[in-house]
Amino acid sequence: MTVELHSYLILILVGFLPSEVWRWLGIALGRGLDEQSEIILWVRAVATALIAAVVARIVFIPPGALAGVPLSVRVVALAVGFFAFLFIRRSAFAGVVVGEAALVFGAMMFGG
Amino acid sequence: MANPPQSSPGSATIGTDTDAFLFGVRTASRSVFAFVIVFTYIGFGALCHDYGLSVGWAMLSTALQWAGPAQVVLVTGLGPGTVLIETAVAVALSSVRFVPIVVALIPLVKREGTRPLQLVLPVHFMAVSVWVEAVRHAPHMPREHRIPFCNGLGTTLLTLGVVATAVGYYMQSLLPALFGAAAMFITPISFLTSTARNARLLLDKAALALGLLIGPALALNQVQFDLLWTGVIGGTLAYGIHRVHRARSAARVQP
Repeated sequence: MTVELHSYLILILVGFLPSEVWRWLGIALGRGLDEQSEIILWVRAVATALIAAVVARIVFIPPGALAGVPLSVRVVALAVGFFAFLFIRRSAFAGVVVGEAALVFGAMMFGG
Repeated sequence: MANPPQSSPGSATIGTDTDAFLFGVRTASRSVFAFVIVFTYIGFGALCHDYGLSVGWAMLSTALQWAGPAQVVLVTGLGPGTVLIETAVAVALSSVRFVPIVVALIPLVKREGTRPLQLVLPVHFMAVSVWVEAVRHAPHMPREHRIPFCNGLGTTLLTLGVVATAVGYYMQSLLPALFGAAAMFITPISFLTSTARNARLLLDKAALALGLLIGPALALNQVQFDLLWTGVIGGTLAYGIHRVHRARSAARVQP
């Protein structure tokens, strides 16, 4: 019971709050800004670059089980998925499915 | 305009807040992210089972954190001998992206007299998945419908995530060996393709390309706060490129 309670306390203090404060900070910083302002363009560019950085980080420094798949397979699967997106009607779904298929195929062929 | 939003005609018909909310539900269920969230959180549920956590904890983690990479950091950082404050910092660093996505969202959805407390719930739903769909569809609808629309999107995807977490938890022993790796890979591939799909301006395309180049360079050299720096440096360079491009196009138009 106490172990269970302790794990929920950790979820709140170590999991929820450290993530959620960024969302609250976003409200505080974004409230005064105008939709058409120049700074919003810059913020959008920062958001996009940051999302791209998350993409690259998971592929190059993968967590847990993904680390068992060779680096070359992860990089090639990402590229294959991206090209599938470009050439199949710019469909994000097509990119995801083809990229995943490439990852699983590569992991089975070259060790996973 | 190589990529017009596909379902914006539907937004013209919405009338009440409830209609806007339901349009959000429909948009979410047709989104690539419905698939992505289910896949991601089946993997997360199975991971929690591996680490001996309870199913209730796993589901609450999805509902409260609602940040795939941070949830993996938390679960894998809870082992014996780990320092909790270090795990908290790692969780925080992995979620820095929420600042710019929320800052970019607020001016799009707020109305005259919207109080900050009214924004706490829609902003809790904000993750890359919900943000991508929100910035894609919200500009095409009346301002007063944008918050209910975002709530519809967020409620749907978050509920799918919580249910998938439980499903993955109980299916853990049935999942093939490669499932965990594939579930973790769906985050980068879906972030990449959905952000690329939304990138209509040179600004967005440059930011995406620069983030993909600068990100690994900083991370592999173990630069502290690599995600934050990549966002600020890549985003600022992209904005600079955008300004130069805009000035040149304007100069060409005016003889």
